Amino acid sequence: MHQLAQRVQNTFPVGFVSSNEWRGDISVTVTREKVHEVAQFLHDDPGMDFDYIVHVSSVDWPDDEERFEVVWEFYAIRKRQRIRLKTRVPESDCIVDSLTDIWKGADFMEREVYDMMGIRFRNHPDLRRILMPDDYTEGYPLRKDFPLRGKGWRDTFDFLDEVPR
Amino acid sequence: MAFEDQRTTVYKVDPEHPESESLPTLRTEELLLNMGPQHPSTHGVLKVILELEGERLVKSTPVLGFLHRGVEKLAEDGTYHQFIPHTDRLDYVCAMYNNFAYCRAVEKLMNLQVPDRAEYLRTIVAEVQRIIGHQFWLGTQALDIGAMTVFFYCFRDREILLDWFDELCGARLTTSWYRIGGVERDFTPSLLDKLKKFLDYFPPKIDEYIVFLETNRIWVARTKGVAVISAEDAVSFGLSGPTLRGSGVDYDLRKYEPYSAYPKCEFSVPVGKNGDTYDRYWIRVMELYESVKIIRQCLEQMQEGPIMADVPSVTLPPKERVFTNLEAMIQQFKLFSQGFNAPPGEIYCGTEAHKGELGFHIVSTGGGKPYRLKIRAPSFIHMGAFDYMSRGYMIADAITLFGTYDIVMGECDR
Repeated sequence: MHQLAQRVQNTFPVGFVSSNEWRGDISVTVTREKVHEVAQFLHDDPGMDFDYIVHVSSVDWPDDEERFEVVWEFYAIRKRQRIRLKTRVPESDCIVDSLTDIWKGADFMEREVYDMMGIRFRNHPDLRRILMPDDYTEGYPLRKDFPLRGKGWRDTFDFLDEVPR
Repeated sequence: MAFEDQRTTVYKVDPEHPESESLPTLRTEELLLNMGPQHPSTHGVLKVILELEGERLVKSTPVLGFLHRGVEKLAEDGTYHQFIPHTDRLDYVCAMYNNFAYCRAVEKLMNLQVPDRAEYLRTIVAEVQRIIGHQFWLGTQALDIGAMTVFFYCFRDREILLDWFDELCGARLTTSWYRIGGVERDFTPSLLDKLKKFLDYFPPKIDEYIVFLETNRIWVARTKGVAVISAEDAVSFGLSGPTLRGSGVDYDLRKYEPYSAYPKCEFSVPVGKNGDTYDRYWIRVMELYESVKIIRQCLEQMQEGPIMADVPSVTLPPKERVFTNLEAMIQQFKLFSQGFNAPPGEIYCGTEAHKGELGFHIVSTGGGKPYRLKIRAPSFIHMGAFDYMSRGYMIADAITLFGTYDIVMGECDR
């Protein structure tokens, strides 16, 4: 196990679920109750020093019991190291702690995850749709059960009569 | 929100002012102003709702998504090869760099080794694209602020390179020249000649741009000290590229995580001090010189060799063989229609595009299609800092802010 993952496991023996190293990328999975604490540790601990948030992503695994996976990617500019933090969220209670109070940039990134996958973020200052229209009612487009061509919302639009010339 | 911004309070009415007694009788209220989405200086279709106190910005709310085409969803439906043309349409000003970033991510997933000559070709074209991107940025940014002449000079020189792209791959903007494991075709002698001529022609022109802008008092006044962001804030917001380096953080993936032929070239990364619009401009202009330097070194070091990795199960066969050999044709057909078999796993690969860190996060469960593909678009993340950076400035400075991020909505909305 990579030493970064090892340190996370030693500091959070309860919340730690698993870690993985593949193609040079280190990822750590924790339970969602511990996400905020682990993130705070990654940001504040001088050995970790992950001051830069790269992106927030989400993956849908419809067959799993805990359906959604939220993925954060952090970079330490001074130490030049990367880590990926992951957690699983069940569909029935689709909420996870927001990290906007640690990294300001998480604001827009989390809004995008909410918009695309429908995962809500606790304590997020302004959790609204960001890429889709505010009045969009078809659901969350990047979920696997959402058809590629949409659910027909656009078919309900009124057609304008052609203006006679 | 946990971050209190003190700057807005600076512009409140001063109670010590001799006329302050008469002021409270006036009714004041904040004005809401919609800017965009069809405003020429919003670089596409960006709408921002501005809350104004007089002419000062109190709060601005970007409304994104007018150009949302669901690229990430489309990626899940096509093979890895089929997604390359989609990446052109992300940041349509700099298609080559998007191709590059995407191909690098897939190569990391497939653990492919790209041949040396292909790496040099890739680096050269990526740097040419960086020059085009910065020229486009410089021209439009100056135009937004009102300095019109530079726009024409930049676009005149950009045209030379676009014609060069045209000769290289048959398209000026939506290029799709990069392939997974290499590049589509090699340089011809005529292309090499033209590029060398351009390298001699271009540096004096950069000096010209600089003279135009720095002797323009209005332009300097409107960029110096405008939209300042501290290094700490810039890092916390996840800004990248020149927008971050303007604040004094030398975060450049070409140096931090060297890739392609960059480790073999000597170049410096310009870093600003004040974190204002002027510093970010200065960095981009200095990067033009650096790009010329990188291209020169690559041209000198480049040796003959293959331009595509030889892994038949993943990479495409050369075009000549596709047209003359049945097996090669079948291989090409199968690679495009069914794709190659990617190992299950998850990677993130970031590339220093001219706007910032363009990253692809790919989750694969095996098979020919990505299970999930997430694009880390610098424009989108820069817009996250817009509200914070614009507070306390004038409406007109909002325009310089769009420019200083170098946003392109195709990439922002995906």
